[in-house]
Amino acid sequence: MTETVQPLPQTPPPAENQNLFDEPVSDVGDLSQWQLMRIRFSKNKLAMLGIWGMLIVYIVVFLGEFIAPNWYQFQDTEYVFGPPSPVTFIGPDGRFGLQPYTYATTTVLNKDTFAFEFAVDETQKIPISFFVQGDEVSVLGFKTKLHLFGLKDTKQRFYVMGADGLGRDMFARILVGGQISTTVGLFGVALSIILGSVLGTASGYFGGIIDDVMQRIIEVLGAFPQIPLWAALAAAMPDISENFTVVHRYFLITIVLSVVGWTGLARQLRAKVLSYRSADFTQAALAAGSSDARIILTHMVPNGASHIIVIAALGIPGMILGETSLSFLGLGILPPAVSWGALLRDAQQVSVVVQHPWLLIPAGTVVLTVWLFSLIGDGLRDAVDPYSI
Amino acid sequence: MLNYIFRRIGYMLVTLAIISVVGYLIVELPPGSYVEFEIQRLRQQGGNLSQDQITALELRYGLNDPIYVRFWKWISGFVRGDFGESFQYRQEVKDLIGQRLMFTISISIFSLLLAWGIAVPLGVYSATHRYTLPDYIITVLQFLGLSIPSFLVALVLMVFAQRTLGQQVGGLFSDQYQTAPWSVAKFIDLLAHLWIPIVVIAFGSTAGLSRIMRANLLDVLGMQYVQTARSKGLTENVVIWKHAVRNAMHPLIMILGGSLPGIISGETVLAIVMNIPTVGPMYFTAQLNQDLYLAASFLMFLSILGVLGNLLADIALAWVDPRIRYE
Repeated sequence: MTETVQPLPQTPPPAENQNLFDEPVSDVGDLSQWQLMRIRFSKNKLAMLGIWGMLIVYIVVFLGEFIAPNWYQFQDTEYVFGPPSPVTFIGPDGRFGLQPYTYATTTVLNKDTFAFEFAVDETQKIPISFFVQGDEVSVLGFKTKLHLFGLKDTKQRFYVMGADGLGRDMFARILVGGQISTTVGLFGVALSIILGSVLGTASGYFGGIIDDVMQRIIEVLGAFPQIPLWAALAAAMPDISENFTVVHRYFLITIVLSVVGWTGLARQLRAKVLSYRSADFTQAALAAGSSDARIILTHMVPNGASHIIVIAALGIPGMILGETSLSFLGLGILPPAVSWGALLRDAQQVSVVVQHPWLLIPAGTVVLTVWLFSLIGDGLRDAVDPYSI
Repeated sequence: MLNYIFRRIGYMLVTLAIISVVGYLIVELPPGSYVEFEIQRLRQQGGNLSQDQITALELRYGLNDPIYVRFWKWISGFVRGDFGESFQYRQEVKDLIGQRLMFTISISIFSLLLAWGIAVPLGVYSATHRYTLPDYIITVLQFLGLSIPSFLVALVLMVFAQRTLGQQVGGLFSDQYQTAPWSVAKFIDLLAHLWIPIVVIAFGSTAGLSRIMRANLLDVLGMQYVQTARSKGLTENVVIWKHAVRNAMHPLIMILGGSLPGIISGETVLAIVMNIPTVGPMYFTAQLNQDLYLAASFLMFLSILGVLGNLLADIALAWVDPRIRYE
């Protein structure tokens, strides 16, 4: 390939590195498809934002119990629906500094309404310190009392994002809830890929009756409205008990999500495989006496792999939103497990949210995560095939 | 053309038959039955039930028949227009779902129309003004629209409306019209409530549709016949709307059929949040309470809507593109 392309005489030879990233005609032949994809992807600023953003989200979420000042299950009965603690950088001496402070809060029972009211004592400033001892939590299996930040004075409260209806720290719950919300899509997509690629390839390659049956199944699953179907399947799960723990439920939810998810992938892979089947390289392999298995595994799967990755990446946001909707309706992740959708369940009543707007914060994290995943998926799609949507 | 339509209808009937079996199985899947809820309810009211009474209940709801008998009872009635009786409401399913289904269909259709009405011009604009500031703004909005589940948009909108506008939201009618007979004032009140769910649902689908429209149009604008049209001296408007957009619409029509189940499913969740008397809230309680016939009928009707949407999209596509008819 390389020798057939003559460099134009008037263009000065570009520098070594730049050469690679400008994707010049002369180098394209030297690079493998995957290298080309990687270059195109890393040139896409939004996609890189998605990758780094997601990396940070995962780190924060999985170190959540260490990062949050309180344990996510700890209930402060005197801080029910407590508002977020104010933070100030103006010290007790009235000067602005780098040391953050929070104010002491007191709980007063209003004798007229018999509701707890929270008063911020502006005169009493408490310094926020890093690496303080607090509630014992387990981070990635390690038990520790160390927290990234918090108050040294354990008698004072520090709730960055307020407290929920049982007086639990919303910040800690959002971080811990993210562990389920950000992974449920990955497992769900992994399952749909296995189902979708096996069935889609078989359907496209063998055609005939297998194809007909598969097409009908896909059509039937596609005709069900997704969320009611998910809800019906989720309602069929047993209640949480000794034999059926939250972990079981989590995996069953991912299966439910992928039952619907695989059809899209199967349909698209089928179209791909159909076009490969008549391609010259397949005909050549057939003429050379290759078996069906060999043709599928060595000629079709590598060709479809990039496509599978793209569809997988694009499928993750839908799964995350699916889990959120299910848990929001009370059919997905159930307490004591926490997920963003389950947290949003507290925000179902408009009147509650109007009074305690911080209960809506998990909505923001859902949108952020889905948005970052969409950026990655979009970037991958452009990298694999710059001409398709 | 007729031949094609008949073949599609044939496929549709097969699909519906399979859907009815799968749907019924799924609805029956949860452990326990309505009788258990009924027993619990009666116990809460005081008094215990004897084994005889429980057996009588089970007999009344036909729970001792094998599943295929129950399925046959339900589906043969369903085809004749007898959808069975709701256990929970002690009413004919037919009377319960009629109005709700109508609201669901009208909200879905209106939001579909709104989404298309916005998405096509928006997609055309951002394709013809690629890499300009408005295009970037539209792209960001599209991503947002795709990342936010509709019930969250509704929740935020409702909180906003209540906090800043002091407006009462949710439901379909204001209190004074709730039980009033139909009148012009009631209809206007309905419209005042209906626009929020319609806009919320349209918001999400507009994002996806306009993105596809933009990509398709960009593809078509690179074609040679567009260049030819320009070189003939046609005005840019004619080139875009008559030559390019018409060809870029095909994939959109194909998506139209598939988008109906999505819209219905978004609507069902939205209805719970906004307390709209459509299919959604009743379906979910029916599903959770094992109200068998109610849940199965809802699922069946929602799926029929989806399949019908697919059929209409197929016919529309064949009408637009003659090549498909002769496949």
